[in-house]
Amino acid sequence: MASSAWSWLKRNALRIYAALAVLYLLVPIAVIAVFSFAETPRDRLDFSLSGGFTLEYWQHAFSNQELNDALTTSLKLALLATIASTAIGTLMALALVRYDFFGRRASNLLIILPMATPEIVMGASLLSLFIFYSAPLGFNTLLIAHIMFSISFVVVVVRSRLIGFDRSLEEAARDLGATPVQTFRYVTFPLLAPAIMAAALLAFALSIDDFVISNFNSGTTVTFPLYVYGVALRGIPVQVNVLATMLFMATTVAIVFVILQQRRGERMAGVLPAPEPLAEGSPA
Amino acid sequence: MTIRRRLIPYWLLAPGALWLLVFFVIPMGFMAEQALQSGSLFTGGFHFTWQWSNFPDSLSGNNEQIVRSFYYAGTATVLALLISYPLAYAIAQQSGRWRLLLLFAVIAPFFTTYLIRTIAWKTILYDSGPVVGVFKTLHLIPQDGRLLATSTAVIAGLTYNFLPFMILPIYASIERLDMRLIEAAKDLYASSTQAFLRVTLPMTAPGIVAGVLLTFIPAFGDYVNATILGGTHQAMIGNKIQSLFLVERDYPEAAALSFLMMAVILVMVLVYLRLAGTEAFMGEEEEARA
Repeated sequence: MASSAWSWLKRNALRIYAALAVLYLLVPIAVIAVFSFAETPRDRLDFSLSGGFTLEYWQHAFSNQELNDALTTSLKLALLATIASTAIGTLMALALVRYDFFGRRASNLLIILPMATPEIVMGASLLSLFIFYSAPLGFNTLLIAHIMFSISFVVVVVRSRLIGFDRSLEEAARDLGATPVQTFRYVTFPLLAPAIMAAALLAFALSIDDFVISNFNSGTTVTFPLYVYGVALRGIPVQVNVLATMLFMATTVAIVFVILQQRRGERMAGVLPAPEPLAEGSPA
Repeated sequence: MTIRRRLIPYWLLAPGALWLLVFFVIPMGFMAEQALQSGSLFTGGFHFTWQWSNFPDSLSGNNEQIVRSFYYAGTATVLALLISYPLAYAIAQQSGRWRLLLLFAVIAPFFTTYLIRTIAWKTILYDSGPVVGVFKTLHLIPQDGRLLATSTAVIAGLTYNFLPFMILPIYASIERLDMRLIEAAKDLYASSTQAFLRVTLPMTAPGIVAGVLLTFIPAFGDYVNATILGGTHQAMIGNKIQSLFLVERDYPEAAALSFLMMAVILVMVLVYLRLAGTEAFMGEEEEARA
């Protein structure tokens, strides 16, 4: 009996370990959600559930004006930064994968460096630039910074998709008389769309998430993370957890949508059949 | 026609390259200039005077924070690797739907915003919370002890916050692994352990390298975890730079310290890439073009 239990444990050790690791990853999210229902005497998080539960903060999710303004600023900023960095980054990825040109290695380095630089150094050096030119800090400097740190991630995501791209589909389009523009419009872009969407989603998440670089270049403009940091010492309104939970649910829906699109795109392309576990051929 | 064709990649590249040049590379130059200034805000501002002594000065004043940053970020990276490798392996073994679900669970924390995640850890490790209770029962900490405002809390926060950066590259490298190689090793009478150590581990090394770098770099420069989960004795180098720039406004010392941090990280990246090959970051499209 004991030996069979032991052998079961041995066989499933990896799975049990993985399950525990996933649990560890998700615990803080659960905590955020649970504490958005916490009844507290001062309407501030007090790190215990002794007051019981209430729906009050969900009903008055948007009653804190300062918090609303911060969230609106963050959403606006993320939207603009996402559009700009996704467009710019996709073009860069196309250049890097599709063309061999003088300066390709240098360009690669230029894209990798921001990812290998601590955020605090990026934020601080950008502040040095703005101070030198006495540029007023605010929404515009935040936008510049957010586009800057998102570009590299967009390039990486779109590039990985372009590498696995079946060029013969484009050749077929051209053989059938499509112009380069038509080929891009009707073949390349639709096949690339899921990757572009994934990149955009990542850029959006990075922007909404960013605290360090924003903290240096915001001036008096307050984003969602900056607001939370500002009130962290005085006591965090419970609404912060409510809005964080909402944000999480919204992004979850968006991701599920992108994943579904991605699978549809893969079926359309016919290049990647449903992945078999650990059974893909060796890299060519 | 051919010249026009040859210019195409440059046109595609131009907007992004210019943006990164103007708002990433050039600011580094400004910071270099700032690092060599002297003066103070109260005596007419800072002036460029080739003040090289800013560099040793900024080091000697902040030994404690520098050592702590290495210790915290190093420990967090090792812990993250220990958590990530088996998890990534298990995910790669799953089929379609489960795999997507697990990958989603890995990136889910990204979508709750960094700061709020860290505050959630503060809730979890709170003095009267369940974790502290368990630790006290097991006598891992004294009865009047706490976890917040200790090194443990900061390391726990760092480990957690950068975990996806470790898991995803490792997962990508394991997923690309050709299982036939492991079968071949076993056919040749390698034990599971031998097959793992001599086939799986070397073949997934690029993923490990990428993961270690992507975890260590942000952890080393972080100051949010130390601020929220740590106390006065857990300040890291990031805290110091942050306060020099935004509170004390001693721009030259702040810039010098940032530069030194950047230099340390660049050296580590180069050494690591030399040891483990450049595929981790650069090689992918060479492969696709071949």
